[in-house]
Amino acid sequence: MPPLLEVENLQVHFETEDGLVKAVDGVSYSVDSGQTFGIVGESGSGKSVSSLTVMGLTRARNARISGSVRFNGKDLLGASEDEMRQIRGNDIAMIFQDPLSSLHPFYKVGAQIAETVRSHRDVTKAQAWDRAVEMLSLVGIPEPRRRADAYPHEFSGGMRQRAMIAMALANDPKLLIADEPTTALDVTVQAQILELIERLQSEFDTAVVVITHDLGVVAEMADEIAVMYAGRIVEKADTDTIFAAPEHPYTWGLLSSIPRLDSPRGEELVPIGGRPPSLINLPTGCSFHPRCPYVREAHKRTEPKLEPVPGRPGHEVACLLPSETRRKLWAELRQGIKPGDARSDVMEEKAL
Amino acid sequence: MAGYIARRLVWMAFLLFVITLLTFIIFSVLPAGDPAVARAGRQPSAELIATIREQLGLDKSKPTQFLNYIGDILPFVGGNGVYFGFSYQNNTEVLPEILERMPVTIFLTAGAVILWLAIGIPIGVLSAVKTGSWMDRLAMGIALVFISAPVYFLGLVVLYLFDNKIGIWKLLPGNSAYLEAGSIGEKAAALFLPWCVLAAAFAAIYARFLRGNLIDTLQEDYIRTARAKGLSERRVVFRHGVRAAITPIVTLLGLDIGLLLGGAILTETVFNIPGIGRYAYNAITVSDLPVIQGTVLFGAFFIVLMSLIVDILYAFIDPRVRY
Repeated sequence: MPPLLEVENLQVHFETEDGLVKAVDGVSYSVDSGQTFGIVGESGSGKSVSSLTVMGLTRARNARISGSVRFNGKDLLGASEDEMRQIRGNDIAMIFQDPLSSLHPFYKVGAQIAETVRSHRDVTKAQAWDRAVEMLSLVGIPEPRRRADAYPHEFSGGMRQRAMIAMALANDPKLLIADEPTTALDVTVQAQILELIERLQSEFDTAVVVITHDLGVVAEMADEIAVMYAGRIVEKADTDTIFAAPEHPYTWGLLSSIPRLDSPRGEELVPIGGRPPSLINLPTGCSFHPRCPYVREAHKRTEPKLEPVPGRPGHEVACLLPSETRRKLWAELRQGIKPGDARSDVMEEKAL
Repeated sequence: MAGYIARRLVWMAFLLFVITLLTFIIFSVLPAGDPAVARAGRQPSAELIATIREQLGLDKSKPTQFLNYIGDILPFVGGNGVYFGFSYQNNTEVLPEILERMPVTIFLTAGAVILWLAIGIPIGVLSAVKTGSWMDRLAMGIALVFISAPVYFLGLVVLYLFDNKIGIWKLLPGNSAYLEAGSIGEKAAALFLPWCVLAAAFAAIYARFLRGNLIDTLQEDYIRTARAKGLSERRVVFRHGVRAAITPIVTLLGLDIGLLLGGAILTETVFNIPGIGRYAYNAITVSDLPVIQGTVLFGAFFIVLMSLIVDILYAFIDPRVRY
């Protein structure tokens, strides 16, 4: 069976007065029905732009899009606006970071959900409203019939995101794209929303693409994770591998910057030094090299490709270090040896 | 809500009082000439002037004059109901004169409002949706011309071009046509050019304002949500975009209607339309204080009233607003 969503060599470039912004630069991934796919990266890594492009919502006139996006075998990049309109909100739905600004302030929550239903289903207003109430109850909003009559500003943050989810799932989509679904929420509410998405996903058998800067969000729910940096995927593997045996120094950086319960007391978190690069003037060679503690001279000239890790099917990484070195470095990191003190790193440098 | 309206009404009364006081002070300070002398005719005797002065209450001190005026305006105070005094100039009561001119001014305002909304809103929406297109640039360019051209200039140009007596193309009733018009149809025809002239500047302002608002609104997250829901672009723009972008227009519209109901002085003067604005203009030229006071107070009253109405309307337009 072909995958539900297949993105191949997707490029989204924006022509600006300052130069070409390569927001997404050759991204490929696929998501199967019912699967959860996590896309992780810092802001500006291209994770949101790539999924908005999948939805056909990259509307800027200066956008240059190439590559291919197939959904259920259908080419989405070549689809007409009208075809895309029929897919959006119906087959592919999306929820966003800030549920307050994402809901229209002037319309009742129930009306906004009913509108989604009515734009894709031939139902009466009353039926659409009933569906809205049903969805609100499904996402765990108490007294859904009364609350459907309320405006977004009368909801709490978590309730609003529940309402957004209700709206997204109202037409029983095959794919849900969740763009930073918990970033604007309290920590306690975050967990509830993630649980809700997981529960509904298994109930509706929806595939989910979760976009986040927070590995913790995808740790529990994703089957597979892609780590994005500067518009490209630098590492892709199943979730267990990403956490247990990551091979890209950027992924290590992301992992070392999350607090862990099992780490020794007093151990400091290690942030990734520097900032994400400008997408107009990408660093030469490996675009992560200015921030990479293990950089070699050659890495400043050669561009790494996303290649399979030897002996690990499904694990791909774009790093110029030899796989053995990467494994040794990761093992040392896990023992608490800081990047600068890494022995294997020094040994290999000498060998060169 | 009721408490809010009550507070606003008190505030409104206070504002109108201050405006009346300011008008009075400005008039008293300015060297406007002695109204009694103006009334008395050519080479009056000193006794006549003194008599007139006493009749008009001008022999009293300035504060007393002001208090008398306030007493006159307020019903149940001063003993003569609602009374705006006598015109110094032509010996008529001010209030009936204003009320008589009210319908023309309302007619002029209503027609212009409908016209400028009918022109300004579609152009604003189109320009916002097609930002940067040749149509947008052309519309905004023309809008700038109309905003920059003063009404009296535009009015004269229009008369020069289209007046059916003096115009190059004798197409439409022009200057003074309203005075001769009998039926409502003739009156509307006589007001057509003034409507266009008045609406031109406002339509231009509204189009630019709505365009700016709508461009901002279309960047909002909830517009992205509306698109992600698979709504048609038309529905996204109108039901989600324009609905939100148009609310500030309501404020603008309320104040503009208030302003014009107080008299479109320039338009009424250029086209010689016998409205409140024309009345005020005439009074200003001959320093007729009671008429100036009366028309200013009327104008101010409409503006504060409309701003109150707008604020009350907001509670219905924007569900987030509560009083």
